[in-house]
Amino acid sequence: MYGGGYIFDEPNKKQLRDEQLHDDPEKLAAFEDRIARGEKIEPGDWMPVEYRRQLIRLIEQHAHSEVIGALPEGTWITRAPGFKRKLALIAKVQDEVGHGQLLYNAAETLGKTRESMINDLLSGKSKYSNVFNYPAMTWADVTVIGFLIDAAAIVNQVANSKGSYGPYCRALERICYEESFHLKQGHDALLELATGTPMQKAMLQDALNRWWQPIMHFFGPPDKVSSHSEKLMQWKVKMASNDDMRNQFLDTYVPKIWELGLSLPDPLLHKNTATGRWEYTDPDWDLFFKVINGDGPCNKERLQVRRWAEAEGRWVRKALMNISERKAMPVA
Amino acid sequence: MMKNAIAELITKMADDELILGHRNSEWTGLGPVMEEDIAFSSMAQDKIGHAWALYRILQEQLDGEDPDQFAFMRAEQDFKCCHLVEMPIGTYDFSLMRHFLFDHAEAVRYDSLQQSSFEPLQQLSRKLKGELKYHTLHADAWILQLCKAGGESYERMQAALDQCFPLAAGIFEPGNDEQGLINAGIYPGEQALYQRWLDAVNTVLVKASLNMPDPATLIPQYGGRKGNHTPHLQPLLQEMGEVFRLDPTARW
Repeated sequence: MYGGGYIFDEPNKKQLRDEQLHDDPEKLAAFEDRIARGEKIEPGDWMPVEYRRQLIRLIEQHAHSEVIGALPEGTWITRAPGFKRKLALIAKVQDEVGHGQLLYNAAETLGKTRESMINDLLSGKSKYSNVFNYPAMTWADVTVIGFLIDAAAIVNQVANSKGSYGPYCRALERICYEESFHLKQGHDALLELATGTPMQKAMLQDALNRWWQPIMHFFGPPDKVSSHSEKLMQWKVKMASNDDMRNQFLDTYVPKIWELGLSLPDPLLHKNTATGRWEYTDPDWDLFFKVINGDGPCNKERLQVRRWAEAEGRWVRKALMNISERKAMPVA
Repeated sequence: MMKNAIAELITKMADDELILGHRNSEWTGLGPVMEEDIAFSSMAQDKIGHAWALYRILQEQLDGEDPDQFAFMRAEQDFKCCHLVEMPIGTYDFSLMRHFLFDHAEAVRYDSLQQSSFEPLQQLSRKLKGELKYHTLHADAWILQLCKAGGESYERMQAALDQCFPLAAGIFEPGNDEQGLINAGIYPGEQALYQRWLDAVNTVLVKASLNMPDPATLIPQYGGRKGNHTPHLQPLLQEMGEVFRLDPTARW
């Protein structure tokens, strides 16, 4: 799963070679024609420097989000109540790591290696979805993440899967297919609490209250403040506006939450029937930027865990590069 | 009498699977490479799935409890798992070596159960045959490639083998009334399985140039099958049941 909206790089201020600063106008025109015709761009094809750069950033952030996203839920695998939930949660988190793998592969087709992407994650240079910088405090949090965060991620990823870069679109099609199962398991687990004992209902309501703001942050800053890029829209890198995706999410999922007799901690939240848009209290965007820049409740912990895994696994990766006698193992 | 002995056999098998599955699941998100992260998660699911299937046999055939209650509410001394599976995941070398030694033991056990006179075990072992093959293939491939890399990697694998071997020999701690089970054709007994396991692991260890500790001088770490556990089991059980125990009568 992934979110955070589209936060693209500022134009690169580093010294670039002339051909990097000025795309060949004829090639650029042909490229833009292909996209306008709905063709997919493939790894070997010519592409503008800025297209490649923004795509690497987008796919890399998405991949990191999958890998870091495995951590808050992963800590509940050992505490999941009962065989059914335990098995479903391991399978779900395993899928997320698998999505990370698919996405790193897709990003590698643009020329950045998995190692350098992971290094940028660990150094803090590269971002991941803000939502994973919040703690999963109870079992009910796991059900809220599994239902609502995965639902939000699907809105985002379905939009992106219609983009222009072939390898990313194909990875996303597979990912969305699995995410739809995640949503079902999240919904099923959440439903059990919503229709359960008073203690279970209270636990769920508490989790919803805590997660609502991170969920509202999920699609990124409102359109009025997020940097627009006509070019990225034209190139089908950015597929929908943050506010449109947020509205689509609210439209589908708020009624489902209310139907269960649960409340959401925003007295202004309602659908304006005249405009068809949802209205709400603006979440704290200063907080959003503070968390993205490393100051959220769990940023340090998340990166520390990844650093531990990287340091502990170094000897294994080194050994894999150093096999004196290579041998293909039969798969069956 | 026979019913109790069969229940004891199934309980220890299931407890091993549950606890090791739980341990393997702790690698989710932490593996040395993403592919191994995914592999350990996947094998964890298989193991926990095996445990669930075995507890269901207990419930349906031998008047056992509901599997969730039995797994998530039982007291530590009523668990019959071996010490090998209780140990924390440690570093990847330990977890990989444990996976290799345990999964070969699992493979010879389920292989023998394909001839079991106890129908439900016979059917289950036939069903699981396919996935067990992948587990041992996975373990063998990794042991071989890490040993062939030499240097630190080889030394770590030898040290892990030395550490795990007495624990792994504890898988084969003799059970109560084992002779009855052997005579009734339910399974061949721990001693016979131990010998088959030594042959199976030795074949791979030789290829990997690892020195197998001498079984003649080895002291197997017994106790788990009698309910005497390492200090690592109780915290694991506490964590596993943490949510379930909030209200064991609730549906989760």
